[in-house]
Amino acid sequence: MSTATGTRTIPYIAACTEALRQLLREDPDVFLAGEDVAGYGSVFGYTRGLLKEFGPKRVFDTPISEEGIVGLGVGSAACGLRPIIDIMFMDFIGECMDEIVNQMAKMRYMFGGKAKLPVTVCTMAGAGINLAAQHSQSLESWLCHVPGLKVVMPATAYDAKGLLIAAVHDDNPVFVIFNKRMLGVMGEVPEEMYEVPLGQARIARAGTNFTIVATGRMLPEAMEAADTLASGGLDVEVIDPRTLQPFDTETVVNSVKKTHRALVVHEAVRFGGLGAEIAAQLQEEAFDYLDAPIGRVGAPFSPVPFSPALEKLYVPDAAKITAEVQRIVGKAG
Amino acid sequence: MDIPKAKLLDLHERMVRIRVFEEEAGKLMESARIPGALHLYVGEEAVASGVMCNLTDEDQITSTHRGHGHLVAKGGDFKKMYAELFGRATGYCNGKGGSMHISDMDLGMLGANGIVSAGPPIAMGAAFADKYKENGSVAVAFFGDGASNEGAFHEAANMAATWKLPLILLCENNGYGEFTPQARHQAVKDVADRAIGYGMPGAVVDGMDAIAVYEAAGEAIARARRGEGPTLLECKTYRFYDHVGIRGMGVSYRTDDEVLEWRKRDPIQLLEQRLTEAGVATTAELAAVHERTRAEALDAIKFAEESPFPEPDELLRDVYYVKA
Repeated sequence: MSTATGTRTIPYIAACTEALRQLLREDPDVFLAGEDVAGYGSVFGYTRGLLKEFGPKRVFDTPISEEGIVGLGVGSAACGLRPIIDIMFMDFIGECMDEIVNQMAKMRYMFGGKAKLPVTVCTMAGAGINLAAQHSQSLESWLCHVPGLKVVMPATAYDAKGLLIAAVHDDNPVFVIFNKRMLGVMGEVPEEMYEVPLGQARIARAGTNFTIVATGRMLPEAMEAADTLASGGLDVEVIDPRTLQPFDTETVVNSVKKTHRALVVHEAVRFGGLGAEIAAQLQEEAFDYLDAPIGRVGAPFSPVPFSPALEKLYVPDAAKITAEVQRIVGKAG
Repeated sequence: MDIPKAKLLDLHERMVRIRVFEEEAGKLMESARIPGALHLYVGEEAVASGVMCNLTDEDQITSTHRGHGHLVAKGGDFKKMYAELFGRATGYCNGKGGSMHISDMDLGMLGANGIVSAGPPIAMGAAFADKYKENGSVAVAFFGDGASNEGAFHEAANMAATWKLPLILLCENNGYGEFTPQARHQAVKDVADRAIGYGMPGAVVDGMDAIAVYEAAGEAIARARRGEGPTLLECKTYRFYDHVGIRGMGVSYRTDDEVLEWRKRDPIQLLEQRLTEAGVATTAELAAVHERTRAEALDAIKFAEESPFPEPDELLRDVYYVKA
């Protein structure tokens, strides 16, 4: 862009707020609604200041009614608006799965392509801050399983802004899954509006010996693991899919064709998680290039525990990733 | 009756169109000429027609699994409707929606719906868009007595009332939630009583009396257009046929006497009687509406049956919107 302005180092949360502000300024059909997003500025603080700038018509609080909130998004999007709705904690999507899965996702297809639903749902996932079993989950694979939805999971401040803008500009329902432990993570973010294209993975660290695919909050853990492994002589490539649906299979396959070994990491429960899908796609597309079984690191098959002593064991981290890579490398022929 | 003659005839024609469309659709289902199952609207025609006579194409509705009547009354095209029931490429949804997802966005008909009570939150969102755009339009959510027990209805009602949205919550109480009689699925007799819980007006209307529905809906819609917020309107009505299909008598969950009692108050016959008594139309004129509608239906069925099925590439089309 010729009018490029400065790039600053700001926290992930500020990148989110800036994206929302620019989106609201850009298009009068954009509005922001959710539980405590206006007066309180969201319980995470990422909508602070928006009510003051845009007023209660554009930025407003809803009752605690998740199914109603999603219905608000579906109905108003079908009638020409471009809603951004907030589901405070991702765990709360259980309250509104019908409007998400049976209405929002299917309306365009069921109506023979005559409906357009440019609705963005922002929500907060992630464990690790002692919020226990109902405020800590990563349920992205539920959403990725439903044709009609797009799902993004920003892992950097830059992507938080760029993916949110791309999501709102997209004419389909898009879920933007933030992570509550990443809100303070600093990153370089341009001042101007920009899109991170949906469906494009990013090679976060180039390497030649091993591929780690890590989503969301697992990206910094994977990067740390890659540093540790580098000191042992293993040159790890780390890929951040950024968009989970549609998934950028090509980037991951190309990486594995080069490195011949792969590990998929996510914070969600391992069983039935996105890692299973990615591993399956890799063996379909790159079986002949693989020197070892594809590994998966995810949360164990239990609800998220409250006690810090247990939660620490639950959430995957750099040490677990490092150990799993070493195990796979040890197996390689 | 101080309703203009043209409006009364319009009301009558919409009802007849629903009846004829549904009777012919029922025959198609029973003879297995069309795939799938149908929930027919026969008996409830006064409700959709009475409401829709107050709406324009700019106003939105959400419908139910029993949705053909709503689309017909909103001005739906018989050819596209039957073609959809046949699963053909020429149908409203290119054959991909079927009976339970029939829709016409151009008419503001945001879909029949296979999920009970999924419509009210969507209609609430449509009403929000109307208010946001200050376009003077309203949205009507049709739903049944059974749907009034779903959380979605209550969330939509509360939000619409809190924000004074131009929404009409239109309960078609046909006495049964699927096969369960109302008295066994809710303690209230009148769903309209629930309005007070949301701070909105509620009213009960004789859903077999098209003029009563027309007038009550007109009042609620005018109120919504004035920016005074939502209304819960409950129309007491009855489905002459079964939950699914055309069988209405000799069933386990209701008596034939009950069906016959309701059939005595057939909404079309009631209206025709009033129209002829008031000199608005002659019996012959009204009969002619039935005849020409039947001919149109048969012609549309022929069109539908001769239409092609969707091509295989339609399977994956429109899962997402793709920029041209």
